[in-house]
Amino acid sequence: MAANVLVCIKRVPDSSSEVVLTDDGQAVDGRFAGFTTSPHEECAVELAVQVTAAGGGQASVLTLGDAEAVEQLRNALAVGATAATLVQAEPSTFGPADVAREIAAVVRAHEAEGTSHDLILLGNDAADSGDFQVGIRLSYELGRPVVNGARTLSVEDDHVVARGEGPEGTETYRVPLPAIVTVREGGVEPRYPSVPGRMKAKKVAVEERTPSAEPSGAKRVRMTLPPPVPSNVQILGEGAAAAPAVVDILEELGVLAR
Amino acid sequence: MILTVVEKELDGSAAETSLEGLTFARKLSAEGGGVPVDAVVFGEVGDDLRKDLAAYGVRTVYQVGGEAVAAYSGAGWASAILTVRQAAKSVVVMAPGSDRGMELMAHVAARAGVAMAANVLSFDGLSPFQVTRQVVGGAALEEMVLDQRPAVFTVAGHAVEAAPAESPGAADVVEHTPEVAAEDLVARVQSVEKLEAEEGSGLKSARVVVGAGRGAGGPDGFGDLEELTSLLGAALGVSRVVTAAGWRPHHEQVGQTGTRISPDLYIPCGISGAIQHWAGCSSAKTILAINTDAESPMVTRATYAVIGDLHEVVPAINEEIKRRRG
Repeated sequence: MAANVLVCIKRVPDSSSEVVLTDDGQAVDGRFAGFTTSPHEECAVELAVQVTAAGGGQASVLTLGDAEAVEQLRNALAVGATAATLVQAEPSTFGPADVAREIAAVVRAHEAEGTSHDLILLGNDAADSGDFQVGIRLSYELGRPVVNGARTLSVEDDHVVARGEGPEGTETYRVPLPAIVTVREGGVEPRYPSVPGRMKAKKVAVEERTPSAEPSGAKRVRMTLPPPVPSNVQILGEGAAAAPAVVDILEELGVLAR
Repeated sequence: MILTVVEKELDGSAAETSLEGLTFARKLSAEGGGVPVDAVVFGEVGDDLRKDLAAYGVRTVYQVGGEAVAAYSGAGWASAILTVRQAAKSVVVMAPGSDRGMELMAHVAARAGVAMAANVLSFDGLSPFQVTRQVVGGAALEEMVLDQRPAVFTVAGHAVEAAPAESPGAADVVEHTPEVAAEDLVARVQSVEKLEAEEGSGLKSARVVVGAGRGAGGPDGFGDLEELTSLLGAALGVSRVVTAAGWRPHHEQVGQTGTRISPDLYIPCGISGAIQHWAGCSSAKTILAINTDAESPMVTRATYAVIGDLHEVVPAINEEIKRRRG
């Protein structure tokens, strides 16, 4: 069946390089490392594009963030999403409950304007805050069922069938729409945007909204960086010549037993 | 009272992360003047598990069963935990920082209308109750206040070392068959396909893991690494760069969005040690890095290192192992 899929994404600092905090200790400062879309959500966008390509409907994206977060929305538009919404706000002042409330407010507003979101996808957790909560809190806000940590999904007969890894193996859920699924990286390979895709994305008008309420915050006192661990590495040698020293260590550690 | 969710292994024993959770709960209890630590377990509590829970200082074990919770549902199980919480009069509800523990506590916090702290490392005070938790995959810390009741959190893996209590608890088993609202059972597991042995299950529990990163050079660059893995009876783990490039399957990925490992020995080869990867391997007891860059984070954080190209170093190690074995 055709399903309108909304993917909620988050602009996060690229954590492949050194982490720097803002002066007030309230957020990770990404100004030097750059920003990216949280990895689980890149996969959620891909799943949304696949679902709508297979069965029809529209894949749209939403983020709560500052004006620069439009970059992440345009990246999603470039790989197949067709509509985007920016709830413009300073994200570090919004806790998981605040973000869930704002997403719910947009979903309700869209419904009132005639656009339904049958399936809402989010990342399992964000790469920076690691809260693990927004999708679940959104399910209570909207009174919709939620499946957590799915790697693949399909829409079949008014239901979403989602699969993910549980403690005993691959778990399958079959849940009636409208529903919410949080996505884990690993089930699909996000596609790279093509040049025509990027050109098309530039032309899409991004809907802008303001938050529906003041945030109550994340109960954060401050963020700190762990103290640097002094390097105590013992260099065993260079190149192939180091092999005997390596095997000495393997013997010492008792891992060479047959 | 402190209510701790205990997860079971497939053989019915307590998961190591749950024993860490109980150890953390006892520290909290001691700081709070010795308030009891209770456990909630879904499914049967066998004799061995009961003994383990007693050894870890548990007062009461709430064994939750019945049709409503026979198959997993996040909302259904969380609703059952909250009924136990009411019976146990718990002011703290906590779980191990496993995927399921995170999911359950997020449901509990949302239903109770309170904040939740994920991946807590330590508590800094009880009044107000303040915790420090891992963020950005452990590359940064966040101090957070949990000033509502119940205080809901998950304990980061290896935040404490699991250790039995000085004096055992009674571990009295109380059977609990919760009533669960139909809407909480809508998102319920329909079926489970058991994991194939080779599909990543070995990575989590392997004593030795051989890691491979960008330095492997391509999908054909893993032959010597696989031989080393085989010689050591190890598991192969790879970095995100490798799975993103499609060189190896995702179930082999070690890192923040892959598997978190805690082997006795980790041998990362051609892995620079980006934050996402470090988040998944920092619990290894010993790290022996092989890398061309002596200044890379993986080398400077390692216990031992060899500076060089893995395609030269690894075959030489393999030959040396075979030579010594005759």
